[in-house]
Amino acid sequence: MNRLDAIRGTTPGQDHNARSIAALAANPACDRRAVLDAAAIDKPRLMRRLRFDDRWGQSPFAIQRNQQFTDLVKANGAAHLLRLLRTLLDLPIEEAGYVNLEDAGGNEGHVARHGHTRRIIRQTAEGRGRATILDRPLLRLDVAGAQVYLEPDVIAFQLGGRFHIVAIKSFAIVDDQADTPKVSAAAREAAVYVHALRDLVGRDLVSHDVILVCPRDFTNEPTATTVDVRHQLVTLARQLSRLTRIDTILDRLPAGLSLDVDALPAAQIEAAVAAIPARYAPQCLSACELSHLCRREAHDLGHLDALGRIVRDDLGGIESVQTALRVATPGEPVADDQAEIAERLRHVARLYDEAVA
Amino acid sequence: MSLLHSYVKVRARERGRALPRATVRHVHLAEAPMVFVPLRLAGEAAAPLGAMVGTDPARPKLLVVPQPRNRDLRFQFLADLGAVLLPYVDRISRQVETVEAKTPFDRCLDAPQIVVPSPGGVEFTAKLGRSSRFRRTTGPYAVDPAVPMLGRWLTFLAEQSEFAGSSLMVAMTDLLTAHWVTGQSAAEDGDLAALLGWIDPPEGLTGPEAAALADDPLSPPAGPDTHPEFDRQELQKAIEHYDATGSAAQVEEALHGQLRPTWDRMWQAIGLLAALKESPGATARWERDRVHVALHRAWIDGGGLPQGKRDSAVAAAKRLARLEAAQQSFEATRAFDDPLVMAEYRADGVAFAGEVVAVDLTRRIVPPGGKREVPRPLVTIETADPVRLAKGKKVRSPSRPRQSATIADITETTVTVQIDDGMGRGGQPAEGSVPGVGTVICYTELDPGESRRAPLPPREETPWTHGGPPPEYVPTDDDAMEPWS
Repeated sequence: MNRLDAIRGTTPGQDHNARSIAALAANPACDRRAVLDAAAIDKPRLMRRLRFDDRWGQSPFAIQRNQQFTDLVKANGAAHLLRLLRTLLDLPIEEAGYVNLEDAGGNEGHVARHGHTRRIIRQTAEGRGRATILDRPLLRLDVAGAQVYLEPDVIAFQLGGRFHIVAIKSFAIVDDQADTPKVSAAAREAAVYVHALRDLVGRDLVSHDVILVCPRDFTNEPTATTVDVRHQLVTLARQLSRLTRIDTILDRLPAGLSLDVDALPAAQIEAAVAAIPARYAPQCLSACELSHLCRREAHDLGHLDALGRIVRDDLGGIESVQTALRVATPGEPVADDQAEIAERLRHVARLYDEAVA
Repeated sequence: MSLLHSYVKVRARERGRALPRATVRHVHLAEAPMVFVPLRLAGEAAAPLGAMVGTDPARPKLLVVPQPRNRDLRFQFLADLGAVLLPYVDRISRQVETVEAKTPFDRCLDAPQIVVPSPGGVEFTAKLGRSSRFRRTTGPYAVDPAVPMLGRWLTFLAEQSEFAGSSLMVAMTDLLTAHWVTGQSAAEDGDLAALLGWIDPPEGLTGPEAAALADDPLSPPAGPDTHPEFDRQELQKAIEHYDATGSAAQVEEALHGQLRPTWDRMWQAIGLLAALKESPGATARWERDRVHVALHRAWIDGGGLPQGKRDSAVAAAKRLARLEAAQQSFEATRAFDDPLVMAEYRADGVAFAGEVVAVDLTRRIVPPGGKREVPRPLVTIETADPVRLAKGKKVRSPSRPRQSATIADITETTVTVQIDDGMGRGGQPAEGSVPGVGTVICYTELDPGESRRAPLPPREETPWTHGGPPPEYVPTDDDAMEPWS
């Protein structure tokens, strides 16, 4: 992985977290995103350096609300959570062990904390502990050769049974319904934790049903429900295996390519980014920090992808705005493989002009 | 979406300006639409932050919640909103006419129309309605009498907006994208400022330039969500200032700055839509909207309960059927009213148009199941459209919406249809009842009439597969006292 370190240069790298790992699945065909992620480039920093606005912050009100709700759920040895788990997993009353894994004998380092988590989880799995609720665990996942530390909210363990990942989110479930995009984002994130925990204790001991804890209706009262993340797990596994094949992408890049954000002049960084092929689509706008840069580039080049998936599919085989308009003009020469779409476009162009006139 | 729509998008991109998608307006615009631009606090399900509301572009009413986490202030906001919306709804919905029919029914002379910037605004309105319609006006946690009443109307309006073609509560970005095609993606069209930039850019700017201006993180979004940067830099300080001094002036100023640009854009957009001529279908749908308002008015005046939290099985099935019927009828009527919309269907092969080249008026057949010979003339149309309709398909023509026909034969360049009805009672088709040679005519499988639906059982007879008859819904004190935090 020396090549990746060379690309990042002297600038400190950005650690992955569950959200960024989940985002890898957003646009699997994009080389640019794959390279930047594998090289651990700090994307927001890169964008600021190229004078794009930073728009990935979270509102202080949202952060505060999330914190308050998480604190409430975990208060008094996670009393609320235990109550919810009893109904959801049919836990007997005596199962109520609460272990805070944050304190690893005064050692704050990631390695020590992860070691502590691993020890306790193994003990629990072998039936040598009394923990039902494992608070603030620290898991580890191998992402493209780099060790990534992940901090799920809570891991629940059912005696003689299996581990469940618990995700505490502050969006409301109103009349048993929640906002779909928010639930899917939470499911993608939770799948990363399930994957990491399975690495540790084995596939069979970790349930693919994660437990989502949210406020009920307009109250602060927590309610819990299970979410099946099997689909997200499959997608994630595919993405992670693809990252390990980053070498083939790197081989296609110009030699000596560097994205040293702090050391290089902006123009050089811009040229280096441009040298890595991107696959911009409008969905990137909500998933990737680089999207505004890629969008400008895509429009400058007249890429049809930038107008959305439907347009791209409808005009299958045509790459750019200019080509589309050229083949739609009667009398222009057309390549053989575009003859059919050209005929349809010419007909559509005539229909439109007639109807507007 | 159709190939035509995708093609026009490409053309709009090249031109740097939106292109028309319709030649007439497929939505009714009320004489005095009520524009409602709400904002909510980030991270909360339904905590209102403020709103700009009113029917006069020059005099918006600004409502704010200076401390959005304070429950009393939230209900004060709803009471204030009720003081604006309820007199508007009451004044309009109390003027009722009785329509003569087999069973005479009431219809309001006019109906309220609430216009919000985006579908997110409709969703937020529904949440506000849900959080206020069960409140009690007496006893513990009593609220202003306007609050539960407002909740019921907001719920009603938000529910109606799910029906295709209803104009009672509409999202501006939806209306604009139904009438214009921009050179940006559908996701980007969801931003009112960017969308208007393409349709009606300021003097001297192209569409993409105007949209890029709107994309600046510091330009106020159309809500209901505020920008995190605004929350951090302005709103947080303003709220702290209120907590310390009790003066709401700073919050008002900050929210005014966020809401006013969107408010002005809403009226700019209403102006653009008003310039289009209203389609006959939109007028007819507005008549139906007026019936629905009269029904809801009567339900409330008759002491009916607020809308339940969940539909029962039968109610849900009925509602789904009505939603589907509205969608089908809306799509067809739009195409019948507007050749530009019909062109999208022609491009996709479910409609075709051309000149009549041959007519066989004398053809008579015995229809399946019949005994007598009846006239079934054949009309052959020459068309260049890529027809994808199969033989035997029922079709109709926008120029003869009451007459049905069946596709009898299709060749490379011609389609032959058999005229099935609307030819009078004689042995020969009546004069002018069959399109003549040389007429240019369009046929399509779309049918603007509402199809007949299988009857659903009454709620007492809900089958066991659907949980059996549901218990009668009665709002409880729990609903009324539900904490809102």
